[in-house]
Amino acid sequence: MNTEGKVFKYGDNVDTDVIIPARYLNVSNGDELAKYCMIDIDADFASNVQKGDIIVAGKNFGCGSSREHAPLAIKCAGVGCIIAPSFARIFYRNAVNIGMPIMECPEAAKEINAGDRVAVDFSTGVITNKTSKKTYKAEPFPEFMQKIIAQGGLVKYVSKKINGEV
Amino acid sequence: MGMTMTQKIIAAHAGEKSVRAGQLVEAKLDIVMGNDITTAVALKEFKKTGAKSVFDKDKVVIVLDHFTPNKDIKAAEQCKACRTFAHSMDVKNFFDVGEMGIEHALLPEKGIVSPGQAIIGADSHTCTYGALGAFSTGVGSTDMAIGMATGQAWFKVPSAIKFVLTGKPAPWVSGKDIILHIIGKIGVDGALYKSMEFVGDGIDYLSMDERFTMANMAIEAGAKNGIFPADEKAISYAKEHGAKEPVIYKADDDAEYDDVITIDLSKLRPTVSFPHLPENTKTIDEAEKEKVYVDQSVIGSCTNGRLSDMKIAADILRGKKVNKNVRTIVIPATQQVYLDCIRLGYAEDIVKAGAVFSTPTCGPCLGGYMGILASGEKCVSTTNRNFVGRMGAKDSEVYLASPAVAAASALKGYICSPEMIGGNE
Repeated sequence: MNTEGKVFKYGDNVDTDVIIPARYLNVSNGDELAKYCMIDIDADFASNVQKGDIIVAGKNFGCGSSREHAPLAIKCAGVGCIIAPSFARIFYRNAVNIGMPIMECPEAAKEINAGDRVAVDFSTGVITNKTSKKTYKAEPFPEFMQKIIAQGGLVKYVSKKINGEV
Repeated sequence: MGMTMTQKIIAAHAGEKSVRAGQLVEAKLDIVMGNDITTAVALKEFKKTGAKSVFDKDKVVIVLDHFTPNKDIKAAEQCKACRTFAHSMDVKNFFDVGEMGIEHALLPEKGIVSPGQAIIGADSHTCTYGALGAFSTGVGSTDMAIGMATGQAWFKVPSAIKFVLTGKPAPWVSGKDIILHIIGKIGVDGALYKSMEFVGDGIDYLSMDERFTMANMAIEAGAKNGIFPADEKAISYAKEHGAKEPVIYKADDDAEYDDVITIDLSKLRPTVSFPHLPENTKTIDEAEKEKVYVDQSVIGSCTNGRLSDMKIAADILRGKKVNKNVRTIVIPATQQVYLDCIRLGYAEDIVKAGAVFSTPTCGPCLGGYMGILASGEKCVSTTNRNFVGRMGAKDSEVYLASPAVAAASALKGYICSPEMIGGNE
């Protein structure tokens, strides 16, 4: 599994309130939430993002609330992967549970620029910056996490596992 | 090697003799909790699991507190879906308007949480119950759904930072000031993935309400949980509120900590977090010099909406009038706190001072309703987050403070110490 796209870059401590402000949490549909994704730090994000694009950000990405709406909004906006030096723990767990790929890689997070074209291979953890021709190695997802992401989230993975399909 | 308090509780719930930091375990849960925003997502995921019933009708808790009484039609639809689900699953601890309060004030008050338990809640401030010596942590809706279906969750066993609190806090220095000071010291990711264990002789001076406030904000330092030892005060609180028999876990003498931080409480000053991160702390003396004029003061939330918080607000506001430029909004966290405020005269003191006195709701804390800020406005608030746009317009500002500072600032018009208005604790 992999993704390739254009980079949107943000700073440290991107919180769940700017990813999806609570004023939009009176719905839980992912496609509806995606319309307002990142609105308070990047009002053009939702209209500019394309399928497979990548968010690169600073430390502690996703801090704040437990709202699963945050990784869901990013996933439904079409983002293929989030790269940061570290993630807030509830966001990390929620991202895996809903099948939103995330990678911890401090060097890549520091050096990749907004607008760069980047490819990510989830099985090897290799991040390739096609603009700067530089590669980085993040910890690849363990096999079970790759399966969760391939199935589109923990619940689908668990129900398929029960039925012996994965 | 010894274990921390948190590690001992996790080991006991995972059926293991001992666990070490970093180990992955599956643990049995005593309580699985959700609110109107997170349960609305969780119930859809729950249905996808194929489960026909929740694992235990007494151990699932659903509280409609964030956007209730319903703020708009969409919020009403979400609450309706949660209500239908709770009734169809015969959830015993379902709290709707009239009974509901802000979840993290309500669960301890109703005796639902007890020392030694393992608790998950689909709300980041679920770490509040660590004040009672429970392992309690926030999760997302999918984890809540799996928890409701199976009664279990997987955890990576956390390492810990030990905070040794010594000495007696000065007048006007509360649990809120202590936790803001700590977050200012270690940063919003200073305890990322870790437990914050609070010990030392200084905790003897902290009321249960203050300990709830401190454990509540552990998440604002990135922690998995915050926890206090279940001492006599915690045990008698649990018993008075009809909680299950406490199980006491003490950290081993040789427990390993990533860091040990000693804080002399007698040296602390009232503390304020400036926009836009809880770690941007200043002492009240530094804050006063900046003359931050505010448009609004909010006293309430899961952090500071308990009876002792209301008492401080009432004591400061009694017989005075709030500044005409400061919209002052006081929100008791539960129906019981609300009733006690009426019984004790606090509600009258607050209303006569020119503040509004609301029914329980999370409301303005997360920018839901009941006090949304316009562009460029500033609010001093006893809530827990001051992120960009948290309480309204994206260029509005939230300053986090104790109830005493928020009430004093409401009178004076700018952020100030209660000492400024001649208050005596």
